[in-house]
This record gives sequence, C-alpha cells and structure tokens, in this order.
Amino acid sequence: MPAALRAIYTIWYRDTLRLLRERTRIIGMLGQPLIYFLIVGQGISSAMGFRGAPPGLNISYLQFMYPGILAMSVLFTSISSGISIIWDREFGFLKEVLVAPVPRWATAIGKALGGSTAAMAQAFILLFLAPLAQVSLDFITAVQLVAILFLISLALTFFGIAIASHMETMEGFQMIMNFLIMPLYFLSGAMFPMQSVPAWMAFLMRLDPLTYGVDALRLLVYRNADPQILSFLVRYDLKIDLSVLLLLVLALGAWGTWSFSRQE
Amino acid sequence: MGHIIEVENLQKVFGQVVAVDDISFTVEEGEIFGFLGPNGAGKSTTIKILCTLLKPTRGRARLAGYDVLREPHAVRRSLGIVFQDSSLDDRLTAAQNLYLHGLLYGLSRQVLKKRIQEVLEMVGLAERQGDTVRTFSGGMRRRLEIARGFLHHPRILFLDEPTVGLDPQTRAAIWEHLHKLRKEKGLTIFMTTHYMDEAENCDRIAIIDYGRIQALDTPDNLKRSLGGDILTVVPVEGIDLAPLIRDKYNVKVQHSPEGLRIEVRDGASFIPRLASDLGNQIKSIHLRRPTLDDVFIKLTGRAIREEEASAVERMRLSSHRRPLRR
Repeated sequence: MPAALRAIYTIWYRDTLRLLRERTRIIGMLGQPLIYFLIVGQGISSAMGFRGAPPGLNISYLQFMYPGILAMSVLFTSISSGISIIWDREFGFLKEVLVAPVPRWATAIGKALGGSTAAMAQAFILLFLAPLAQVSLDFITAVQLVAILFLISLALTFFGIAIASHMETMEGFQMIMNFLIMPLYFLSGAMFPMQSVPAWMAFLMRLDPLTYGVDALRLLVYRNADPQILSFLVRYDLKIDLSVLLLLVLALGAWGTWSFSRQE
Repeated sequence: MGHIIEVENLQKVFGQVVAVDDISFTVEEGEIFGFLGPNGAGKSTTIKILCTLLKPTRGRARLAGYDVLREPHAVRRSLGIVFQDSSLDDRLTAAQNLYLHGLLYGLSRQVLKKRIQEVLEMVGLAERQGDTVRTFSGGMRRRLEIARGFLHHPRILFLDEPTVGLDPQTRAAIWEHLHKLRKEKGLTIFMTTHYMDEAENCDRIAIIDYGRIQALDTPDNLKRSLGGDILTVVPVEGIDLAPLIRDKYNVKVQHSPEGLRIEVRDGASFIPRLASDLGNQIKSIHLRRPTLDDVFIKLTGRAIREEEASAVERMRLSSHRRPLRR
C-alpha cells in the first residue's frame, strides 16, 4: 500500500477504534437525538407557527425541523472531531504520526474521514428514528440523505482541522463554539425557513454554507410535497445546493490539509 | 563500520536565539551515543532536526546514509523515536498502539502480529497487552514506547530524556532493556539526558551547552581528562583558604556550595600533606573519584542545575497525570 493510503487508513482506523471503545460517546450519540425530538417535538413546536406560510401547509414544526436536526448533529460531531487534533497535539499522539514516514496531507484526510465516520454513525441513528418525527423516508431518499450528510460532515471536519491547526491552546475552543458554530447553525435555515425572515437576515443566511446543506436535505425529504409548499420550505435547486457543497468540500479540504501540513 | 549518523556544521536559529550553534559529530553503528547538557542546551532541537521534524538553518545531517533534508521519508523509516513526553494514545490498549504504529510504517499484518508479541515480551508487557494505556504506570508507558520505537526495526533509536520522572528501579530496568536491544539487534542508540549517572551508560558522550559541543569522548576519558581526584575541603568558619592552597601547592581551587573543590593528581597522598600543613584551619576533607558532573563543571563553569530539572519534571509528571483525572 502506498504511504499516503496507509496513513489515511491508519488515522481513520484509530479514530474509529476510539469511537467504538468510548461507551459514553456512543450513549451520547443515541441519547442526543432523542432529547432533540422530545424537546422540539413536545416543547418548541407547541409555540411555533410559520409566518407567511402558504395555505394548506400541513407539516408540523418537528417535521420541518427534522432535516435541521440531521444537519445539527453532523455539524457538532464533525467540527469537534476535527478540533480533537488539539488534544492529540497536547497529549502527544500527533507527534508519533508526524514523525512516521507518511505525508502530512494524508494524515489530515484520514482525520477528516474519521470525523465523518463518527458523524455518519449518528446520522444513521437519526435516520432510523425518522418515524418518531412523523417523517417517512424510503430507502432511496435515505441513501441520498446520507450522501449529502457525508459531504457536509467532510467539509466541516476539514474546517475543524483548519481551526485546530491555527489554535495554539485549548482556550480558544469555547469562543469558537460560541461565535462560529452557533451562528452557523442558527443561520442555516435549520430552525426557520429563509422565506419568512427580514431581508438582512436572509442575506446572512445566504452566506452561511450550511444553508445549502440544510436546503438540500429538506428538498430530499419533502420533494413530493405540493409545489407551492415546497417553494416555501426550500430555497434552491438541488443542483445549486450540491455544487455549493462540493465546492465547500474542496475549498475547506484544501484549507484544512494545508493548515495541518504547515504546522510545526 | 561506517558512520550511521553524520552531522556537519549544523545550526538552528529561532528568531534571535541560536539553539544549535555549528555542531559537527559522527556516530558509529551499534554505538550508544549521548547528548548531555542542561535543559535548553539544544539537545531536543538537535534530535528534532535529525528526525526531520525541524529544518536546520544551516548545515548537513545524514542518517543511515540518507540526507535529512532531501530524503526525509527514507530517514524516517530508518529511525525510531521515544519522545520526552508520552506520545501514546492512552484510550487504546498497548497492542492497539503498536498495531497502529506498524500500519503507519507499512508492516504487513502477519509480520506485525509476530513483531507485536516479540517487542511486548522484550519489554515485559506481554501480559498487559490488552489493557488500556491509561492504566499503565510511567515506567510501563516508557517501556511500551521503547517497544513501539523498535517495532519497525529501525537502525537508530532516538531517546529524548528516556527516564525523566521515573524512579531508580524503573530507570535501571529500562536501561537493561536498552542494553539488550543493542546487544541482540545491533541497534544504534542516540539519547539525550541531563542525568549524569544515566550518561554513564553511553559509549561516548557529547557535552552540550548553549548549543555548542564542549567535549566529546568516552565517559572514562572525559573523567580522566580532569587528571586525578577531587578533594572537597571545608575550612574552619570565616577562613578563606582558597588563595593559600592555590599558591602553596599550585593546584586548581574552586568555591562550591559544599566547600573548596580541589583537583589533584593523587588525592590519597595529598590529604596527609594538607592535614599536616593546614590541619588546624580545616574542618573536614573529602576525597572522591571525578564524575561527569565534575567534567561538566570544569567545561562550563557551573553545575547542571538539578533544581531546574526537577521543576520541569514535576510539570511533566503532572501533565502525565492530567488525562487520568479528566
């Protein structure tokens, strides 16, 4: 096996091994979506109505949120996996990898795939729980959703790797969570449709790369809905969403591997 | 036997600081070679350059015939390294840590399986291979790291402060393993230390201070270069005997916290002379063979500050413990 493939596989394998060994993380993965469903389904949705919704909109807030919950879990899992290389640097394992006869860019790719695998594991759980949100998915839709979620998580893990490579210590971690991840999530259209917000916010939402991921997920889930309702729920064509996501994977992939390779 | 490490005019500058200042040396195959010096002397920087983790500002270094700048991957395959701080994944088991290392170095699964057992037995950890590393003591971790460093059969093993923070029995046990490795596998060992007694394990030592090599020889030759014995004389309070002794016997006298340090050719015959000449002004006389400590003091004018070292050790120990408390 060439050195690059070896490195990608080893780093991915290590992350997966760790994931399987950490029971608390697996329990968290199972528990977190149940909490979302409970709180969103029983709590938040009771206080929610859609502003400017077309007549005949027959989906509940929980049903509307379901694609957003998928995106949220992938967002958190991916970015924190990427950022976990700070721990590896602090507690040493990274040195062992950096001194091995393998290229660094391959190490970054292996890490991105490892983070995406963890995010995918959680996505699978959420897909199985779709009936709890009164969302019915056929097999093909589920596969398409997984593909979109994988692209989102790959891009975001690379993003986490890039941030971690530029961060000297753990101190900045909380700030990044507050000022980066939360706005990324809130402006992604996961919690409310872009059609019903003021123009300035719609502008910010258009800048948020996660918007296109959420848009694609919602399109796949509700593509059989009435065209008028669909145009309220979904902003863009699947082609546009996919192109933005692919561009994002490439751009953040390049930034992440570059940042990771140049650190001392 | 050829030179397995060749270093020529190596220099590393960080901003204003010259960490490694124009050093040159060679290491023979199968040798245990040591860098002895205080913290911040440039030891770790040199190791990082030799392991291709840092680029030198100037100069050349070749390992096993490969240039560190032009053939970094070939260099990396030829060496194993045990870092100053643990670089194990403490959430995984001992065997898993070794397995990942083997994958990274391209060992086939069959070879790897056999080697893992072989190295674990070598360092006496075969029974604990399925246990998570976080349950291991400092000494066990270090032994596991040595096993891992050797797993891909490198020609050179780098050890950066291999026994820092370990108790004396564990240190002795680790050295037993290292001597065995050298004897059975013909491994070259390059190590850094600030422990004088540890440096005694080396075939040759380079004493390094302020980024420069101050002396390079076998431990015996270095000690012999002092030319005799060391006397420590404690005068009666309030009397400075240094100028008197210096003039009277034409010997080198230095003040030290313990008393006056005197280097003489033959200590045993010097003591009666000193006692009969100045007996009423002297509280005690102590005779000993020179140690590497004395060599270091002679070359640099100061002792390796053990307090400094132990402060760093305490930090290192607490950082080892941190993950356990999390």
